[in-house]
Amino acid sequence: MQSKPTILTLPEEEFVHPGNRACSGCGLGIAYRIGLKALGKDTIVVVPPSCLTVLQGLYPVAATKLPSLNVTFASTAAAASGVLAALKSLGREGITVVGWAGDGGTSDIGLQSLSGAAERGEDFIYICYDNEGYMNTGVQRSGTTPMGALTTNTPIFGKAQDKKNVPAIMRAHEIPYVATSCSAYPLDLFTKIEKAKTIRGTKYIHILTPCPPGWGYDPRYTVKVGKLAVETGMYDLYEVENGEFKLTGASRKLLDKRKLLPVEAYLKMQTRFKTMRDEHIKQVQDRINKRWDAYFERFKE
Amino acid sequence: MKVIESGNVAAALGVKLCRANVIAAYPITPQTPLTEKLSEFVESGQMKAEYIPVESEHSALGVCIAASSTGARAFTATSANGLLYMHEQLHWAAGARLPIVMCVANRGVGAPWTVWNDQQDSLSQRDTGWIQLYAADHQEIIDSVIKAFYVAERTSIPVMVCYDGYILSHTHMPFEVPDQEKVDAFLPPFRPGYALDPDKPANLNTVTLPETRNNIRGETAHGYMELRYLLHEDMRNAIDVVGEAGQRFNDVFSSSGTAYLDMYKCDDATFVAVAMGSLSLHLRVVADILRDEGIKLGIMDLKLYRPFPDKVMADALKGKEGVIVMEKAISYGYAGPLYSDICSALYTHAMDESLGDLPFIYNYILGLGGRAIRTTDLVDAIRPICTGGAAKDQPAWIGLKL
Repeated sequence: MQSKPTILTLPEEEFVHPGNRACSGCGLGIAYRIGLKALGKDTIVVVPPSCLTVLQGLYPVAATKLPSLNVTFASTAAAASGVLAALKSLGREGITVVGWAGDGGTSDIGLQSLSGAAERGEDFIYICYDNEGYMNTGVQRSGTTPMGALTTNTPIFGKAQDKKNVPAIMRAHEIPYVATSCSAYPLDLFTKIEKAKTIRGTKYIHILTPCPPGWGYDPRYTVKVGKLAVETGMYDLYEVENGEFKLTGASRKLLDKRKLLPVEAYLKMQTRFKTMRDEHIKQVQDRINKRWDAYFERFKE
Repeated sequence: MKVIESGNVAAALGVKLCRANVIAAYPITPQTPLTEKLSEFVESGQMKAEYIPVESEHSALGVCIAASSTGARAFTATSANGLLYMHEQLHWAAGARLPIVMCVANRGVGAPWTVWNDQQDSLSQRDTGWIQLYAADHQEIIDSVIKAFYVAERTSIPVMVCYDGYILSHTHMPFEVPDQEKVDAFLPPFRPGYALDPDKPANLNTVTLPETRNNIRGETAHGYMELRYLLHEDMRNAIDVVGEAGQRFNDVFSSSGTAYLDMYKCDDATFVAVAMGSLSLHLRVVADILRDEGIKLGIMDLKLYRPFPDKVMADALKGKEGVIVMEKAISYGYAGPLYSDICSALYTHAMDESLGDLPFIYNYILGLGGRAIRTTDLVDAIRPICTGGAAKDQPAWIGLKL
């Protein structure tokens, strides 16, 4: 592993071609570009239907320079297991296998095969990019859509239920590495993927990837929205290595500052939360405060 | 080497001889002894392969699809609802042109639950783009598995080897296990046209558009419809490949199996009963009984259901007075699927000549959910058809107790 990466030390080689079909301001676009730099050339990517399928291009053109296998919606982790099994049986070594799926493909339809693969300890990296909804099909709610968010199938009152905590589900599988990241912090993401490459067993990385059309903000604010998600404590950056939890990056800094930005700053930037009333916003703030008070207590030096 | 083993073990021995690289399976009755045996072969080191005990049939075929895309020879097996749970992946495997082989120990499908035999499971997957072979005994199971890998890899089309649950999967019979050296001579190592490789990156199963599109070199690349046409054409050509595989198999193993139709006393027959799987062997007894009564009945056992060898079938039935199609499956609201296919084949090929020569054709549904098939019931059902006294309702059912 290299020393801490900086924007100057990131590999120059690009594995995603410019001019691909991602929307302008796509958080996934940033995460995929940086993620593939961390993964490097000797990688096979498995992709279920998602925005990434579109980003990767329409036949016979491909936007990715890595071998990529498109698979059915529910079978990302099973397919990654199949690639691994084939490589092993054929004696082909030194190739990183990555499943790269959206939040619907992970938290909803793909959860069974992911759980099965994690229980078997399959030696791949599973990356979930979380734009908090079925954005590719026109912004429907998913298991990871946060409470209060308007989607095209929660059109009037917003989603009534909480966001499903997929990293916690993966922690419960006791796999060697679980991490969260956000496309607003590319170096954090790069570091975590690089680390995951060095660990044997199933690795799970959950990336929050803000989505301008799905969340309702100007595409120029993708980084700003992502940073606000972290700085308000709405979304935490952490690593769980062999069961040991630690906050990382910008979330770790919040721990030192002991001060969060009000979540209202994050919610008010996005039209998907426009029907949230003040008491709902307060509920969200109270829950964040409770979680972070526990962090402050647990991690006081 | 001759052994006495179950049909499931015959299948497992075939997979071992074919040196499958990756096996993925999920337990379902009556397939389980097959995959148990394979896991034993792998764990004991008798077989060098990766065995992935997946959490569902959908994932079992998901593993095989990815393993095959990475250049491995992949195998799975299932039954009934397990096969139905794979339905999406069946289309995917065929559309991606992957030479996966799967055994189906045929079982009725729920609801309501049944674990016993019929052929509704695999026949309802007819239009998924898989080649379907049906075995009638244990020798055919092991031979069909070996031929299946050959045909799959020659055509880049996945192959299903179907055999009756319990009746074949769990009964013990003597059969010949081919020599490993001969299997190696018959089945060369799998050399895929493309396998996932960082040194030769490609994006597989990408989104296509309704029209053709140019690649970066300005050449026209196929669109979705061209890819579908090619799958269909290659399926039709696979009829010949299955025939050629059967011939080669017989040459290498000094065997005498048939590729399309196994015929019993058909040459002089006035009437012919057609079936797939173990039922065809049962019907031979019926033919002998009715021949003693002076009724010239022959039995045809169809081995290859998809692609449908329509010309072979029409030629074989030419000049017969009547055809009786006996089926353990039904297309609800019409008739047995094989009956429809044979009607279609007869009509299509009769149009080449004259429609006047068409035999009459009857359809019986029987044995659903493992309902006992009694020889006397078969005799009583077939006799009136051959003596002009049959009911006209199509299809008719044997063994119903309403």
